Amino acid sequence: MIEVQGTFNRLANPTRFLALAGAVLPWLTGLTVVLLLVGLYLAFFVAPADYQQGQTVKIMFIHVPSAWIAMMGYSVIAVASVGSLIWRHPMADVAAKAAAPIGACFTLMALVTGSLWGKPMWGTYWVWDARLTSMLVLLFLYLGYMALLEAFDDPARGVKASSILVLAGAINIPIIKFSVDWWNTLHQTASVFKRGGPSIDPAMLWPLFLMALSFTTYYVWVLLMRIRAEIIGRKIRALRMRQTRAGFKGAKAG
Amino acid sequence: MNKFFDMGGYGAFVWPSYIITALVLAAVFVFSRRLLKSRERELADLQKSLDEKD
Repeated sequence: MIEVQGTFNRLANPTRFLALAGAVLPWLTGLTVVLLLVGLYLAFFVAPADYQQGQTVKIMFIHVPSAWIAMMGYSVIAVASVGSLIWRHPMADVAAKAAAPIGACFTLMALVTGSLWGKPMWGTYWVWDARLTSMLVLLFLYLGYMALLEAFDDPARGVKASSILVLAGAINIPIIKFSVDWWNTLHQTASVFKRGGPSIDPAMLWPLFLMALSFTTYYVWVLLMRIRAEIIGRKIRALRMRQTRAGFKGAKAG
Repeated sequence: MNKFFDMGGYGAFVWPSYIITALVLAAVFVFSRRLLKSRERELADLQKSLDEKD
């Protein structure tokens, strides 16, 4: 336990984090590209058309991973917000802020690709069913979080307010997951993460799995890049403040 | 080849899905990278100007 905590503390140090991220980033780049290429190949040249949905099932290979990452990304912010509110850990603030725009974009992708799948299969781009509506709420939670974070002159107050918003909104994650079971939705029910295991044929499950994996490595890759940018941004702010203070002192002495 | 792009008559829905996804992923990457590079440059400039003062 102590060792685990030690590792966590070492990673939570911004300088060490920067060094580690620098070493991992090239690997993540390569891994994302390879997974994406293999996933796309399997999706387009190996996976068959669905017996009911025909070739629209190709949309599944990007729609479903996008929705997964959208929900995972929100959970990342929620966990980081707990770290920020309880332990006031600066790296938690940095991670949450860096993660938000990426998660918001994946939510948008899930909504748009779902809409393009809904038109030929359901006959409509949009319907106010529980799954679609709770996903739209997720997008608004992301946008609200990002807006609230920037809404205060004192960044610390922005972090506190937006962390509370994120944690209150976390109730939406199980609602999204179980919306298709709790309500009579137009959206189909789960076929991968469900009791009794996946009910999709391996020929479709493999490309789905690889696309999900590549979206995940992409997410981590861009997240590390944004965390680096945020740490450097804070360093710049601290240096400028010191510079201003030194300037004041100089003026007084003169 | 045409059959491939036709996607069983659903090409008009399949391809825009993939194009929009690719564009969003590319945009998030480009903006994040640009942010990182500009901050790295800003920090280097700032440190240089501070060193010169000392």
